[in-house]
Formats: sequence, structure tokens, C-alpha cells
Amino acid sequence: MSQKNWKEIPIGGRITKPGSSLEYKTGTWRTFKPVRDESKCSQCLLCWIYCPDSAIHVKDGKIDYIDYDHCKGCGICAEICPKKCIKMEKE
Amino acid sequence: MTKIIPLTGDQAAAEAMRQINPDVVAAYPITPQTEIVMTFSQFVADGLVDTELIQVESEHSAMSACVGASASGVRVMTATSSQGLALMWEIVYIASSMRLPIVMAVVNRALSGPINIHCDHSDTMGARDSGWIQIYCENAQEVYEMMILAPRIAEHPDILLPVMVCQDGFITSHATEGVKIIDDKDVKNFIGEYIPKDPILDIKNPVTYGPLDLQDYYFEHKRQQAEAVKNAIVKIPEILKEFNKLVGKEYGFIEKYRMEDAEIAIVCLSSTCGTARVVIDELREKNVKAGMIKIRFFRPFPAEEIVNTCRNLKALAVLDRAESFSGRGGPVYNDIRSALYQSVNIPVVNYIYGLGGRDIDKNHINIVFNDLIEISKTGKIKKLIDYLGVRD
Repeated sequence: MSQKNWKEIPIGGRITKPGSSLEYKTGTWRTFKPVRDESKCSQCLLCWIYCPDSAIHVKDGKIDYIDYDHCKGCGICAEICPKKCIKMEKE
Repeated sequence: MTKIIPLTGDQAAAEAMRQINPDVVAAYPITPQTEIVMTFSQFVADGLVDTELIQVESEHSAMSACVGASASGVRVMTATSSQGLALMWEIVYIASSMRLPIVMAVVNRALSGPINIHCDHSDTMGARDSGWIQIYCENAQEVYEMMILAPRIAEHPDILLPVMVCQDGFITSHATEGVKIIDDKDVKNFIGEYIPKDPILDIKNPVTYGPLDLQDYYFEHKRQQAEAVKNAIVKIPEILKEFNKLVGKEYGFIEKYRMEDAEIAIVCLSSTCGTARVVIDELREKNVKAGMIKIRFFRPFPAEEIVNTCRNLKALAVLDRAESFSGRGGPVYNDIRSALYQSVNIPVVNYIYGLGGRDIDKNHINIVFNDLIEISKTGKIKKLIDYLGVRD
């Protein structure tokens, strides 16, 4: 996202257009990255339920991909996974 | 038809609020501001205003409710004093940084400790960097008029900053004087309909207030705030021009009292200006060319006007009703000296006075002028920063 100068942005820290969190890449905060071993995954989707950043994307009832632009690397998915198929790897 | 009615400073603030008829008032009573909330509550109970009065459990909640109400897109007012202002502190900064045009009457009272309920300016002087506009009033008449002026400044689209209208605790807030009241309809016409910017309740145009703002944008938002203060310097005189027509006065950022040919002068704020006028008149009888610069707007700080007013002076004294504990004098003194530096090279001395409601009388102000006479003759300063009225 290109950064705007002070004359170009709404006053008071207000966000006047909805959905701006999509443009804000919080993935850069991450130290550890969740990596899923698809062969062990049972598709229980607990990681999708628990992910606080909605970074686990699901398509047709199955995990599609992990959105690394927004995953902050909190590790909740790895912790909650009953199959222990998500590993947190150092970036 | 104009009428003059007996009002205390607190009642004068409440009367202005009745005429403004704000949509929301969230306030908590505290001495010596209590009478503002009490009087205004009566107006609400009597159905004289349409205001939603939110009785909160603390000043922190009062300012929080004001912030929420103002963000929703309505005209909001409140009032406080001393510890109340201290308790609402974090939200005071949030109100200005969210650019919410809240108007707050502040009845100046010493900050604890030791605990004290009487006047000094330590409460609002502490808030001088909070991003609020600050107006200091000499008497109930000025309180009344500045309260009516305040929403116009706060709500100006190029400003959008909250405003504090300050008066001296007890000295002004509890003394009754004749206050000339403007017609209700003229007040209504002057303040106009409030048109909010980015109201939260406009569901067709959703807005987020108060999101996280880190290294990438926080600085830009602070730069905007600084620009709003600069805009205020330009826009306030325009608003005052219109207001002065309504009230038949010559209000400006500062008031110059007998400054045309003055050689020595004092700078003061609020009720002390009244006492200083009397002393200056008496000195003038004795052919002493004394004058006063009364600062009405302390934020934004009218540096240029003050510098221009001081050009022909031989010596200047700044009276501060607050100690800033910098070891280098009070807050008004520091801003004045900084403004004069490299522009006007005259001796400038500081007197800290009246803390915790200690009386200031004609004798004290005469002491200041005698010192100034001496400095202007000899060019020598005995004490750069002194305390007036304390037992040595």
C-alpha cells in the first residue's frame, strides 16, 4: 500500500472507507510462520475457527491456503490442531 | 431587546449552554464547577432545553461519553474543574486527536495536593499541550460570551478542535454580576445548525473512529492537528469579527489595555486583569506609562500579536497563576519569552502568584509595577522569577 501524506488522509485517524484491514498487511509482524502438512490434516477446520485474523482460507469445506499477508504468527492454529500437523517455523 | 440579569460565572456558563441547547451534555459535578451542572440540570428538568443529560460516575466517563456522543454527530458540551480535569486526562487528548468539537467550561481550581478547592490555573495550564483551544475569561460577562463563541470556533471545518472556556474558581464562578444577555434567537442564528463531519451514525457512510495508528500514519495525524491549530490563528479573527458585531465588543486574541504609549506593562489572564486595570488607571494618574496585555486565547498562542504589542516597551512582567516546576518560571512566561526572543529585546520578568486561591490585590500589582519602573530605569533585573504574595 503506497503511503499518503498528511493532506491526503481523513482527519483524526478516522477510516472513512470500510474494508481497509485487507490493505493493511499485518503479516509483516510475524516471527514464526504456520506451515501445514496436508498429508496429516483431517480437515477438521478447528484452525479456521480459532484463527483470530481469519487467515485460514477455506474452499468447498477444505483448507485452501493460509493468508500470510495477514497471519501474525500467533500459533493458535498449531496449538489447537488435534493432528499436530501445523508447525511454527521461524521466518 | 437586550436584558441584564444577575448571574454568577457558573450560572453565566449554564445560561449560554441553555441558549446553545446542545444535543448531549455529559458531566460530573465538582467544586467550583458544580453550579454549572446544577443550573443546567434544572434547565433540562424544566424542559427549557432538548439536551440529553448524561449523569456519569466520574469525569473520565464524562469525557468518554462526550467523545462517543460527538463522534455520533451531535453538538456536545461539558464542564469540569481541577481533579475532574485531571481524571479525564487521557480522554481529553483523545477528544482533540479525534478532532471532536466538544466545548468544555473549566472553572480553574488548584490541583491537589495538598488538597485545595480555590483558584489557580494549574489544572488547565497542565492541559495546554492537549490540543484543545483555551480561552481565559476575566468575568461572568466574558464567560457567557466566550461560551457562545466557542462552538463556532470548535466546529469550523478548518479547525475542528475542542475548546476550553476557563474562568477563575470562586472569584468569577461564585460572584454575582450583571450579565448582558443576547436574545435566544440571535444566539441560535450565530451558532447555526451543527453539521458534523464523518458522523458514526450515518450508516450509509460507515466510519471507523479510533483505530490503531502506528509508525506509518500517527505522525501524519499529529501534523494535521498542528495544521488545525495554525488554521485557528487565521479563522478565529474571522469568527470574532462576526461575533463582535453581535455583542458590540472588540474581542481579539489579546486585549491591549492602555498600551498605546505604554513603557512598562504586565501580562495576565482571567480575573486578575480586573484588578490590574484599576492599578494601571491609578498609575496613569501619576503619569506612569503603565499598560496591560490580557491574554484571552492562550491556545492557540497569539505570539505575533503579543510581539507587536511589546515593541515599544522598556520592561515587561508576566504574571502566572501556575508553577510549572521547570525551575524556569511559569507557563505563560515561558511562551512569552520564547515569542519575544530575537524579536523584541526587553527585560521580561515573571511573577508566580495566587496559588491555591491566595488573594492578589492592588498592592501586589503595585509591587510588580514598582519593580518594572526600577528595571526600565536601570536596565537591571534583580529577580528574573519571583513569587508574589507568598510569605518569605
